[in-house]
Amino acid sequence: MSTGQQGIVLEQTQVKTKNEHSLFRKLIRNRFAAFGLFVILLLILTAIFAPVIATYPPNKMNVTKSLLGIGVEGHILGTDNYGRDIFSRLVYGARISMLVGIGAVLFGAVVGTLLGVISGYFGGKWDSIIMRFMDGLSAFPFILLAITLMSVLGQGLVNVIIAIGVGNIPGFARVVRGQVLSVKHSEYIEVTRSLGAKHSRIIFHHVLPNSFAPLIVYATMSIAGAIISEASLSFLGLGVQPPTASWGSMLQDGKDFLVLNPHMATIPGLAILITVVGINLFGDGLRDALDPKMKA
Amino acid sequence: MSEELLKVENLEVQFKSGSAITKAVNGVSFTLNRRENIGIVGESGSGKSVTATSLLRLIPSPPGKISGGAIHFDGKDLLKLSEKEMKSIRGNEISMIFQDPLTSLNPVFTVGDQIIESIKTHQKVSKKEAKKKAIEMLKLVGIPAPEKRINMYPHEFSGGMRQRVMIAIALSCNPKLLIADEPTTALDVTVQAQILDLMKRLQDEFNTAIIMITHDLGVVWELCDKVLVMYAGNVVEYGTVKEIYDQPKHPYTWGLLDSQITESVSEDQPLTTIPGSPPDLRQEITGCPFAARCAYAQDVCFTNKPKMTEVGENHYAACHFQTKENRLDRKEKTAHDRAIVTS
Repeated sequence: MSTGQQGIVLEQTQVKTKNEHSLFRKLIRNRFAAFGLFVILLLILTAIFAPVIATYPPNKMNVTKSLLGIGVEGHILGTDNYGRDIFSRLVYGARISMLVGIGAVLFGAVVGTLLGVISGYFGGKWDSIIMRFMDGLSAFPFILLAITLMSVLGQGLVNVIIAIGVGNIPGFARVVRGQVLSVKHSEYIEVTRSLGAKHSRIIFHHVLPNSFAPLIVYATMSIAGAIISEASLSFLGLGVQPPTASWGSMLQDGKDFLVLNPHMATIPGLAILITVVGINLFGDGLRDALDPKMKA
Repeated sequence: MSEELLKVENLEVQFKSGSAITKAVNGVSFTLNRRENIGIVGESGSGKSVTATSLLRLIPSPPGKISGGAIHFDGKDLLKLSEKEMKSIRGNEISMIFQDPLTSLNPVFTVGDQIIESIKTHQKVSKKEAKKKAIEMLKLVGIPAPEKRINMYPHEFSGGMRQRVMIAIALSCNPKLLIADEPTTALDVTVQAQILDLMKRLQDEFNTAIIMITHDLGVVWELCDKVLVMYAGNVVEYGTVKEIYDQPKHPYTWGLLDSQITESVSEDQPLTTIPGSPPDLRQEITGCPFAARCAYAQDVCFTNKPKMTEVGENHYAACHFQTKENRLDRKEKTAHDRAIVTS
């Protein structure tokens, strides 16, 4: 009866709802998403602790021990044509993949979100200008755009991130614009306006947080795409410079020895495959978990 | 006479879609004194909400536009203020409560954050003080255990509780005028009564004037001092509640009154309605906007638009047959019904 008792009851219900609706629990219950999360965590840990995990220096050549098979002479995954340890290169390659994947998506997400919000919130002529520009950008084949940018910017890790990031901008701008368009007509936005809030406050405090769910899913999925793009660029010799290990450049090195030594190309290829599938599964799970209409 | 707070003169609001122009509000005038309540009644699409939102200049523009008139509030002409000056009035001097409490609160923030936000927008206070004030406001609107509730999210509240939170937000800066846009429509009947009681009680505490937009004439008789009856963007009758309750003059007001369910309506009797539907506001209306549905209409009603005429003390109506010299007699309800059936 007293307020104290009421408080206790309230607290209990709060705890209960938190447990039931915890995003993490929903994710873990989905086996595919759990697998995806495992792959991503493994990859991040590998990237961070690469020097500890790698058994050899990744760029150390030893021509006398070139093209060794799997498990031969302590080389877990064998060696390439220069006698470099494939396992160690794979581990260091994870760094590049993660860096480019997350960096490029972050770049695309920040710029794209900003453009999308302006476009969706203010509408009118800004909307037309920005969105037509985005249409133009996405009309370019993605890899062609990246190649063009790479040849303009020159090689290097940062430039790879920018080149792939630019290609990601239109997607984010569109997703965010669509969300903003639907959120901005919500009654609570009108309420906020009726309380005298400024545009910046409405955008960053009310519109954006309510647009985040699809954005997070889209960003996760985009990381997989960015990793593939980086591998493609490196495969084409436009990515990170040799001898830096990247999964794409390892694939490129391996393609000349497909018959003689197939694992040189298949191992980085498998790494890319597992990573991309893992991230996509996680993204799918995340979408289901964030969707209020999907009840677990 | 108490001091005048709000004076709306000949307000006109238009919406443009393609080449068509919809005159949603067409020359609305009224005055409101401090601490006074006015009810705006009328059916859906009669321009009630547009009138109210244009007072805060919150009409979505484009396509909407306040195309004429003046709004004097507390010595200022609101239509001449800059957007920045307008922002300092919104939520501070004029607040608004919306129809649907289920969607009026931002789902990603706690109710406390949202009350604090409105306090901090207009007052230079520390976060701690704002929080204290927010708890105080929640207690005032009758939310139990406000110290706990303040950290909860809107989905953890019921509809009535959320409307209480909305009222707390609206009153947190002690506004001079509160606009309530059908605040009880989305709530069930028992909660409606509680919310109305609450508004009445808080009005005494905060000395706020209220504009109450509603379909429900019962709410008006209960809460308001004045009534504005709107039809198709026009004011058809305006006066004190006492006058209009005792002697309604406009045939449309009669129709609204007849459509109410009262004790005198017996079970097997069909409910009275006003036949037809409101006119298309995209077209120019030459005569009285209500003429096509009016049981008393004559030729003049279709050609000349009636002016607002004084029909009693502080009581005005826009009907050709209701003037000082001319009096139209209200037909008996049954006769009116028959008129509907035969027409």
